[in-house]
Order: sequence, then structure tokens, then C-alpha cells
Amino acid sequence: MADVFIIGIGIHPFGRTQGLSGLQQGAYAVRQALADASLGWDDMQFGFGGSDASGNADTIVNELGLTGLPFINVKNGCATGGSAMIGAWQAIASGQYDVGVALGFDKHPRGAFNALPTEYGLPDWYGEMGLMVTTQFFAMKLQRYMAQYGVSALSLGRVAQKAFGNAVHAEHAWRRSAVDLDTIMNSSMISDPLTKYMFCSPAEGGVALILASEKKARALGRTNIRIRSAVVRTRPPGSFEVFAPSIDIERGGSPTLLAAKAAYEMAGIGPEDIDVAQLQDTESGAEIMHMAENGFCTDGAQEQWLAEGWSEVGGRLPINTDGGCLACGEPIGASGLRQVYESCIQLRGQGRGRQVPGNPRLGYTHVYGAPGISGVTILERMQ
Amino acid sequence: MVEDIAEGLLTPGDAPCLIGGRHPETGRIVFPCPAGSDYEPIALPRQGTLWSWTVQRYRPKSPPYTGPEDFEPFALGYVELPGTVIVEGPLVGVDFAALRIGMAMTTVRVPFSSNGRTIMTHAFTPVTEAAHG
Repeated sequence: MADVFIIGIGIHPFGRTQGLSGLQQGAYAVRQALADASLGWDDMQFGFGGSDASGNADTIVNELGLTGLPFINVKNGCATGGSAMIGAWQAIASGQYDVGVALGFDKHPRGAFNALPTEYGLPDWYGEMGLMVTTQFFAMKLQRYMAQYGVSALSLGRVAQKAFGNAVHAEHAWRRSAVDLDTIMNSSMISDPLTKYMFCSPAEGGVALILASEKKARALGRTNIRIRSAVVRTRPPGSFEVFAPSIDIERGGSPTLLAAKAAYEMAGIGPEDIDVAQLQDTESGAEIMHMAENGFCTDGAQEQWLAEGWSEVGGRLPINTDGGCLACGEPIGASGLRQVYESCIQLRGQGRGRQVPGNPRLGYTHVYGAPGISGVTILERMQ
Repeated sequence: MVEDIAEGLLTPGDAPCLIGGRHPETGRIVFPCPAGSDYEPIALPRQGTLWSWTVQRYRPKSPPYTGPEDFEPFALGYVELPGTVIVEGPLVGVDFAALRIGMAMTTVRVPFSSNGRTIMTHAFTPVTEAAHG
């Protein structure tokens, strides 16, 4: 497979934008990414894109131009954006195309997602009884993990405090005011042990990436970000996922373990080589558990990591430098690509107030979601 | 008699067991027993230990939730039924502050107000001395 480069990035700020559809926010991101790459829409040889709740991505041609390009819609839950990127990467790595766009966008109503049992192959009573609630799953996975590995509630608070602190410096973030630890710890309990500030919210936003072959990237003088890995994995037996009326006593792995392993193998590197990471933080505990699942520390070591500030912007491995889902919110189709966008920002050295010092070379992203999928990318700065 | 929220979830009587499904080839046990599948119904052990828990502090969205508009927070958890499977359900008859992973729980049938109509659902409650008998 040939090398593929990210030559343009664009984002519509996350949060709430009245008067703009999800698709329009996606188009905004594409225009920005094209401008960043010094290209036009008619230069795009193909597109991959999707949203979870905002319609078909290929209707973006109405916004951007009827050039006749092939455009493949992706609908892959929380991995929608990541899967679009993988599609675009493969299209170029195979040698079929030289340049194209990967796109993700969404616009969700306020409040928790209201999934319906039939959409997940579950009986109606599961939803009627009030068990079809994503926050319950995250809380119970975390509650078990905290008891097993000695993770404290204070660490949950520290993750949220870091997220809002980093987002102050991220123009695309939604919640850009620092929140102190006392406020986080004492805010209303949503689903024990998680308080209001420890959960992300459904939101809106769009992200686009322009990918190119080495030949095209060289011609444009844009060979600074190379994709080293891009993988998506579904769940193995014995994993613990959202919306599970029962789980196996014999516990197994997780889609994140599979995706992380595959990504490291593809890149030929290990977690110790990574300089900056964006990890799925649907809630504070998810970031903590995903630190271990992605290989960055052992189970339970997060307690010391957070106490010592090792995952802060100046720490040994800065995590969620733009505030992650906690501060940006979660437009499902765009969320995974936001992580890749932020990875590019950090590797380009454009993070300003949130820039990781020391010219980071390898950036890692990890998205996770229902019904048990995980996507990982590893990007490398070339100059 | 007040009917259950669905057929085939619980065995009849005052000491109900959950009805799981056992796959004849792999031996894997799941709950509930999937309809129209290879899984064979099996009564699960009535007692087990609390595997994890949380408290639902806000009213879930309707649909799909059909509980009372006048919402009261409720506890829920996963209970490991020894040698079979770990099952999710509401936790009743226990203070939220008293919930601990590993505590002994037993299966009960409890009333649930669904769209204003009382029906019965499964739940778990802490094992008391009386329940041991």
C-alpha cells in the first residue's frame, strides 16, 4: 500500500449552531479543508462521508458543486468519520486515486440519545423499563473498573477539569470555560459515580480532511502529515458493550484492544512512541479506561497519572488536547474526525495555547461507540 | 393476576427464576432467551452477586421508557448468576448508599407502572436472612 498524506483539514465549530443543518456544517468544513490544501471542490476525485442523524452525506454535492465525483455514504455509528477516512485512505493507498475528501457531520437534539430497542435487536421491555440508556452502561463499566483497580472519584474530576482547561484554547470546542474541581465534584449526580460535568453531551459539528497520494502531496508541497495507521474493529466475544441485557461470565477483550493492536502493528511502533493522544472520553471514566486499553499505562496506574498531571498538555503524554468529547460535545458522525483534526493541529504545531511542546512527531486518535466498535489512527509529522 | 411485562422472562410463583437461553452447541447462556433461535430456555440460578451498579438519576426519554412521568431515581445493576450469565436489572429494596459490588442478591418479581398500568418485571434485591430459607 502506498503512503497517504493529509494535506487539508477543516472544521465547523462544535456545539450548537442555529440555522445551519448538519450537512451545511459539513460543507463549511469541506470548504475550509479545501482552502487549507489550496484546492477546489472540482479537484476532488472522490469522497467518503457520513452522519448518524443528519442525512446522506452525498447530498453535499448540492452545496459544493455537481462535479459528478463518486461519493460513498458511510453509516457506522460512532466510527462513521473514522470509517470515511479509512475509505478515503484505501482509495488512495491502492493507487486508484490521487486526492479526495473524507467528511463527517451531525446535528443531534438536546439531551441524552434516545435509542430504540428494535434498532439494536432488543425486546421492547428493555426500553420500557428504562434500561436503554447509554449513561447507565458507561457508569456501570466504570463502577466495576474503579472497584477492581482502585481508581478514585477524584481522578474522574481531574479528567473533566483538564478537558475544560484545554478547551479554553481550542477555537472549535463548545464549552470553553475552565471549571474548577470542586464544581465538577459537587455538580448533580447523573449516573453514579458520574456527575454532570463528567459526561459529554450530544452536539453539532462537521469535520473534513483532504487526503492525497505522495505524488500529489509533493506537487502541492504538503507532505508534512503522513497516515501511519487507520483501522476500525468490531467487538470480540466477552466484551462489555452498551445495551446488554446480559453479559458472559467469562470476560473477554474489547474492540479498542483489537483496534489499538492492529494500529500499532500497521505503524510498526508501540504506545511508548506516541507523543500526543486523543482518546474517546464520552465520560471522564472512559478516558481513564481507554488510557489502559490503548496501551499507554497499566490498569490502575491512571490514579498516579492524573495526580501527577502526566496527561496534561505539558505532561509525558498529553491526552485530549482540545478538551475531547467532554468539552466539544459529540456529534456522532464528526467526533472521530475531530480527533484526527486535532492530531494534525498538534503535529503541525498550530495548537497555540494548547500546543504540546517539543515538536510532537506521532499523534494517536481513538474513537469508541455502540454497538461495540473502535477506530484508531496514528499520524506522523514528516518534517 | 397482574401480567408480566413480557412472556418467558421469569418462572411462575413466589420464588421466581430468570429464564435464560442456552445454546445447544456452544453452551453459551444469555438472557433473555432469544425468540425463534437455537437457544433452549433454561431456568437461571435465583441468587447471585452484584457485579456492578449505578443509579438512574434522571427520567429516561420516552420512547422507549414507559415508567411514571413523576419520576423517582432507581438503582440498577448487573448480577452474576453463578456458572451461567451476568444479567442486568433494576435493584429494589436497598438504599443507594448501601450498594456494594459483591453483595448477595436474589431474583424477584416486582410491580412496574407502565403507561399508567401496573405490570410485573424482574428485579434483584439484597438477600436477607429470611430469604435464605
